[in-house]
Order: sequence, then structure tokens, then C-alpha cells
Amino acid sequence: MDKIVIEDFSIEYSDGTESLRHINLHIPANQLTVLFGPAGGGKSTLLRSINRLNDLADVKSTKGQILFDGINILDKKVDVINLRRKVGMVFARPVVLPFSIRRNLTYGFELAGVRDAVLIEESVERSLVQSALWDEVKDRLDEPAISLSGGQQQRLCLARSLIQQPEVILLDEPTSGLDPISTLKVENSLQDLKQDYTIVLVPHSVQQAARTADTAAFFLQGELIEVGIGAELFTNPTESRTQRYIEGRYG
Amino acid sequence: MNHSSKKRMVVQKVAFAGMSLVASLTVVFIILIVVYIFSMGAGAISFEFIFSAPYDGMRSGGILPAIIGTFYLTVGTAVLAVPLGLGAAIYLSEYAPDNQVTRIIRIAITNLSGIPSVVYGLFGLGLFVLFLRLGTSILAASMTLAIMTLPVIISTAEEALRAVPQSFRVVSISLGGTRLQTIRKIVLPEAMPGILTGVILGLERAAGETAPIMFTGAAFFLPQLPTSLTDATMALPYHLFVIATQVPGMPIQIQFGTALVLLVFVLGMNLIASIIRSRARAKRQW
Repeated sequence: MDKIVIEDFSIEYSDGTESLRHINLHIPANQLTVLFGPAGGGKSTLLRSINRLNDLADVKSTKGQILFDGINILDKKVDVINLRRKVGMVFARPVVLPFSIRRNLTYGFELAGVRDAVLIEESVERSLVQSALWDEVKDRLDEPAISLSGGQQQRLCLARSLIQQPEVILLDEPTSGLDPISTLKVENSLQDLKQDYTIVLVPHSVQQAARTADTAAFFLQGELIEVGIGAELFTNPTESRTQRYIEGRYG
Repeated sequence: MNHSSKKRMVVQKVAFAGMSLVASLTVVFIILIVVYIFSMGAGAISFEFIFSAPYDGMRSGGILPAIIGTFYLTVGTAVLAVPLGLGAAIYLSEYAPDNQVTRIIRIAITNLSGIPSVVYGLFGLGLFVLFLRLGTSILAASMTLAIMTLPVIISTAEEALRAVPQSFRVVSISLGGTRLQTIRKIVLPEAMPGILTGVILGLERAAGETAPIMFTGAAFFLPQLPTSLTDATMALPYHLFVIATQVPGMPIQIQFGTALVLLVFVLGMNLIASIIRSRARAKRQW
């Protein structure tokens, strides 16, 4: 069952950077799909197209379709706010908002006008447990989020993206600034989260891609070179460009 | 150490000493002004001077109507200029696309701040006092001061808004926030100290100006306090101008006493701005 189907999708920014050309990709539900490849390949651009965050950027043109549960989300009539509530996102650098730990989490509810205190309280705990942060912060939820360590901040960002129970989580190099232990915690959380969510990850290294991928897609300079089952693609890629990248010959 | 590197060191030291001297000069000037005005005017300050009206052709009595008038004009300017200025700043920082129209708006703002204050005074006389028939009044003077203050408020507020990290906006939008929610809940609160500082600095300039109000609302002498927005009013800077140049036999102590009150008023606003700024800096989480 595919959660997201990308059909002949092309995008071009006004300044000519980071375009994507004719992308076709199926993102299966309840799996972890990895988008990997050298910098500038368009992975982040694709992520930001899935929740229409690219609306904020200076986009010159988009073509093709991105079907989310069968509905083309590039359609002008799509309710973007509603889409973004269904698609959580975690960025490369942990961006905690200048609030307390708790308000960082409840901010999404605040935006949505949800006031059910019981639901909010339960969601705070659930999301923190899911992101493996609960034990570390349960007694200090009202402290400023900035007082957390970098690794904790990034797990808070993950919890924040989970709190409204989205259907899809997009992660753009979420562990690029983290130490190996924090990275492991995040990766383990992602494996658990697959049961309930569809996950799309841009990893910060080929090794992380290989460790985590159920499905892997290799991007190079705006093109999708190869897609495959993670275990197969990393041991036996069909394209030589993929093979040479995995072997570390360039990139 | 060879000869040329020794020479470089000397040049370095001379340049450093020269620049720190120039920088310290600004401190010297402000201290000189304050000390001078204080020593000349402190003797005039009394309860009566602050809380009573002038009499005997302004050669005796106090300056209460001028103090109250300057307060009214400052508040009037704030009420008019802050919503407009803040609105414009939010538009420019958060919504305006980078195009020809936006560029023209920016050029207009820069040029507004370069216009001499006396020109604002004549403009206010022409538009507000005469054409709109507001008469020489608190309203007309506040409007004139507001237009003069707008560019300061707009540019400092825009700068404060832009200083809020873009990543906060992106995160807020990605969590399903609208632009307006993002501005209301994150951008404005985070920029508020910077905005307040700009507002106070702008109002401070308005409070101290003579030229924009002398044709539009300031009165030479009024025995009673203004009771409505359409009344003219006395004001500290204009009163100072009047008693320093237009009244023969004016005791010099009263002139400097008036200058001292105006200086304290303006520096007090400055102090408030500094306190807001340093408090916000200590609390800021980015």
C-alpha cells in the first residue's frame, strides 16, 4: 500500500538552484523510505514538496503530481494547513521555539485551536515517550527548551512533529548535528514509529541510509537514479553511479 | 623582531589610540552637555517650577503647561505613529515580495527620514492646519510629528522583525500555522523589545522637536491647560525657543531650568529604552 505516489514531478526554483526533474517514486505506508545521495541532489526539495513547505520559497514552476492517499497535494485547492497537520517535519538543525519544553510540544495544538487539556496532557507524554525523551524531561517540562542539550532538542523536535499524530513524518538529516548515542536513540525511535507512521528520511550519511532504509532512493543532481529495497540496493545496486557513491568514490 | 614589523606595531598602536580617543569624545560631549545644563539650570528646579504655570510674561512661575503639552504631543504621536509604523514594518518584513513597488516604498521611507523637520512643520501647516481645517491644535501637531516619526519606527521595527530567526517561521508553518498565527505568536513577541526600543527612540525625537510643532500646534503662551485635541498647547522645546529668543529680560536660570526638564524627559525615555533592550537581551533564547 503506497501512502505517497510521486508522478513525473519536476520543480524549479527561480534562482535556478536545486531543481528536480521527472521524479517517479512510490513511498509505501508504514515503512522507512530513505532519500540519499550527494548534497544538492534535490532530496530536501522533495521533502519540502511533500508538505508544501516549498510554498515559502521562490519556486518558478512545478509539474507532475504528488498523490497523498490518492489526492494530488500540488493542487491549488488543497487545504495546505490540513496537509501540514498530517505531515510532521524535523529539520537538520534542531529548531526549538523560544518557549518552554511543554509549549514547544503543545504549540501545534495551539495553532489548531485544540483546547482539550486531557488530550493535550496525554499527547505530551506519548510524543515524548515515542521520541525517547520522556524520562529525561518529565520533571522539567516548564523549563526553556533551549536549556536542553543538542541531542535532546532534536528529540524534542521529533516529539513536536509527532504530537498531533500525523500520518507521515519527514526528516531532513535529523541527526547531522548529533553525537553517536543521540543518533542511535533517534534511529531506534524511528524503527518503533514505523508501525504507526510513514517515514521519509534524508540521512546524513550513506551508513545511516544503509542502517535504516526499508526502501532507498538514490538522488543525483536533481534526478532519481535508482530505487530499491534497502538491503538489496546497498549490497547490489544496478546503477554504477549508485555503486560508486555507496563505495565512497565521490560525493 | 625586524624593523618593518616593529614599525607595523607602532602604526597599529597609534591607530588604536586615535580611534579610541575619537570614540571617547562622544562620551565627553554627552557628559559636558548634561553637566553644563544641570549646573546652569538646577537652581531653577523647584516644586513650583514643575507644577505651576508661568506668569509675569513668563519671567516667573513654572512650566507645567509646557510639560503637560509635550506629554500630550508625545502620546498623540505614539497613538498615530505606532499602529501605522508597526503595520508597515510587518508588511515589509513578513509579506512584501521583493519587487519594484516594495523598493519604491523603502526608498520613500529612507527619504522621509532625511527631510528637515522644519519642512514637516510647513507641510503640517498646509495639510492638517489649513487644508483639513484642524487649526493649530494638538491633533495637527501630533499628526505632523507622527509623519516625521514614522520612518524611524518603521525601519527599527522592520529590523527587529527581521532579526527573528527565519527557522522559527518555517517551523511554525510546518506545524500547520498560518502566516498571521506565526507573526502573532512568535515573530511579534520575539521582536517586541526591539520594536519598543525603536518606538521610544522615535518618540523621543518627536518630544524634542520644535520646528514641526511651531506652525501646527504649539502656543507662545497659554495660561490654562488644553482641554481638547483641537486646542493648541504649550510644549517644552517650543517654550524653550520662545523664552530663549523672544522674551526680553528673561532670567537665564529659567531658560536652563526648562532645558534641563526637557533633557531629563528625553534622556529618561532613552534610559527606559536601554533597560528594555538589556532585559530582553538577557532573556532572549536565540
